[in-house]
Amino acid sequence: MSEMQKPSGGAGGVRGDSDDAGRPAVGSSAASRPGSQGEGAAGGAGRGDPSSAAVELRGVRKAYVEPDGSVLPVLDIERFVLARGEQVVLLGASGCGKTTLLNVISGITSADAGQVRVDGVDLARLPEAARDRFRADRIGMVFQTFNLLPAFTALENVLLGMSFSGRRADVREARRLLERVGLGRRLEHRPGQLSVGEQQRVAVARALVKRPAVLLADEPTASVDVANQQRILDLLRDVCREHDVALLLVTHSPEVAAQFERVERLESFNRAVAPAGATR
Amino acid sequence: MNVFHIAYKSLKQRALASSLTGLSVALGIALMVTVLVLHATMTRMFSQSASGYDLIVGPKGSKLQLVLNTIYRVSQPIENLPYRYYQQLRRDPRVEVAIPFALGDVTQQGGFPIVGTTPEYFTVEYVPGRRFRGNGPNLSRPFDAIIGSLVARRNGWNKGDQISLVHGGVADDVHDQKFTVVSVLEPTGTPNDKTVFVHIEGFWRLAGHEKPLDEAIERYRQFFGEDPRPEELGLATATGRPERGESAEQRAEHDGHGAGHGDDGEQGEQGEQREQREQGEHGEHGEHGEHGPIPDIQKEVTAVLVRVRSMTLVPQIEAEINEGVQAQAVNPIREIRWLLENIVGNVRTLSVVLTALIVIVSGISILVSIYNSMSERRREIAIMRALGASRRTVFGIILAESTLLCFGGGLAGVVLGHGMVFAAAPIIEARSGYLVDPFAFDWVELILLPALLLLATLVGFLPGVTAYRTDVAKALAE
Ligand SMILES: Nc1ncnc2c1ncn2[C@@H]1O[C@H](COP(=O)(O)OP(=O)(O)OP(=O)(O)O)[C@@H](O)[C@H]1O
Ligand SMILES: [Mg+2]
Repeated sequence: MSEMQKPSGGAGGVRGDSDDAGRPAVGSSAASRPGSQGEGAAGGAGRGDPSSAAVELRGVRKAYVEPDGSVLPVLDIERFVLARGEQVVLLGASGCGKTTLLNVISGITSADAGQVRVDGVDLARLPEAARDRFRADRIGMVFQTFNLLPAFTALENVLLGMSFSGRRADVREARRLLERVGLGRRLEHRPGQLSVGEQQRVAVARALVKRPAVLLADEPTASVDVANQQRILDLLRDVCREHDVALLLVTHSPEVAAQFERVERLESFNRAVAPAGATR
Repeated sequence: MNVFHIAYKSLKQRALASSLTGLSVALGIALMVTVLVLHATMTRMFSQSASGYDLIVGPKGSKLQLVLNTIYRVSQPIENLPYRYYQQLRRDPRVEVAIPFALGDVTQQGGFPIVGTTPEYFTVEYVPGRRFRGNGPNLSRPFDAIIGSLVARRNGWNKGDQISLVHGGVADDVHDQKFTVVSVLEPTGTPNDKTVFVHIEGFWRLAGHEKPLDEAIERYRQFFGEDPRPEELGLATATGRPERGESAEQRAEHDGHGAGHGDDGEQGEQGEQREQREQGEHGEHGEHGEHGPIPDIQKEVTAVLVRVRSMTLVPQIEAEINEGVQAQAVNPIREIRWLLENIVGNVRTLSVVLTALIVIVSGISILVSIYNSMSERRREIAIMRALGASRRTVFGIILAESTLLCFGGGLAGVVLGHGMVFAAAPIIEARSGYLVDPFAFDWVELILLPALLLLATLVGFLPGVTAYRTDVAKALAE
């Protein structure tokens, strides 16, 4: 495990910086600059604090207790930073903890230790209900399949993306986003009446309608054909850029990864990757 | 989109299961409402019609049966009182009103109960503050009849119609003597609506209504401890007897049209003349077994409705009558209250409990339906959590589902229940003679709302907890 420690250190932050520089859209490079600065401001930093990173993990550890009672460490991350508006692809062997990492960032799973700052707020210190509320407000998620609620139309599914934040649902914004993802004529369709690719585009619109600080996408193109894969990927990246949303995308596809300026292998900054995990 | 909107959508998604469980709640509630409405109707009718008289006097026996016979005209009377007993009551200075009832027959058409009584019944208040109103004159001739509104409506009878009576409710024993309707009463909402009133004098003259002379004398001796006076044994036709002229019925006959002024009918001779005239008119009936006037000794009354001059006298008179071995006095209000509390009330409680059990069972069907859906909705719940819904929110969504089902079903049930009574009212009226108000409202209906809320909470709780406990990361990984 010890050899893994070497690259993990500041990997995220450093590479993130250099990649960002080339993109005017993410202009506020100050935000993605050294973690130390972010850390200083983070104490009282609230939502939308331009000086804080979109995501910043410090000393995060997560282990599962297996059914047989043994403890399985999955995450041990000294530092990981995702700047505002930055787009990062996350690679890693199956079972190495990518989904767990996304869940820790979204607050669905609580870390055993460490700081999980999203948009300047340390989720690890929030009670669960406050984490839920924060997620409703600031974090968008897209999963591999079955993202949508079958009882709701495409438009309603997108509106649902705003329903739990306490803000008023903005129907015009929901329509606009559906049009943006090319589904302006599918507003009243239910998931069952949409193709898988269309469903994924609805999911993208839904994740973005709340204007989150970060969009977490867990293999969003894994269950569609190549043509659709590219379309959804382009869409995700373009819309995130348009809305200044940071994107953390998990994939197993080298073609997908190749299109990103910044590519992270989880094993490279996760000290918890056990031999057991590697065998999977 | 709020919790109820989301809940509604997911119910719609499972439309069949939702509507079936909602329907089962609706049926349970409809049954409960039906029971409550019918009971409310019954209670109102019972308590209303019992309140017009202070005491009901009849032969010894079941008090309840006496009241049911006399006021509600259900169940058969067993025994009768001698005519003289009624006369004594009437002469009692403490008694304000004493009305004889002779019961036992029914109409040939429709089987409505016959009450032989005096015209006085229609001149006094039948319940405090209310008098009968009809479209014709009071009873005056022996074979006059006044009919209740329901009888008129059901049988299509009106003034001038001739009606036939069946003796003692035996279907083929039809009296030859017909009665003539002189008036139809306006609806009262009491059992009077389903009753045919005939002049008691005519009632006595029907075949089989006079007590055989030897039996009558025997009973007279038992009752009064002496032999009947000669004038009570004789017929009124031949000899003018002063006592005869004083009989209440005859006075009433004279008063007939002028309903209810005074009892100073010392006009015996006139009365007899008239009686003889009528005998002539109806002479032919004699040949078919109907009588002319019969001796007082053979006359009987089934019960006497008594109103006392002062309420404070009621217990005294009641005690006096009940001391005797032959007659009893019953306070109808007390008896009806007893009936309502101990029988009707219990029946109602039982029915309400039974229907409540039905509602609970349908509540459980809601629980099962929602709970079954939970396993296939794990992912949906996880997605909502991923979208930022808190545990409490997803719990609330499930609770909202059970609330919508319980309330939707409950509301439909209330409408359905009143609708069912509305549809059944004519049938109930036809069968029982009770007027049913389909929109009668029982206060218990008011507790349906919180009760349904409680049910919804209980029923939604278990699946709600399942939703609350959903392991989001695990459900998303499936
Ligand atoms: N609730 C849990 N209890 C115990 N072990 C778990 C639990 N969830 C995940 N794990 C384990 O943690 C490790 C990481 O799981 P995770 O789902 O994060 O992997 P992943 O990198 O997303 O894999 P994949 O590429 O296959 O999706 C795996 O070994 C998995 O078996
Ligand atoms: Mg995964």
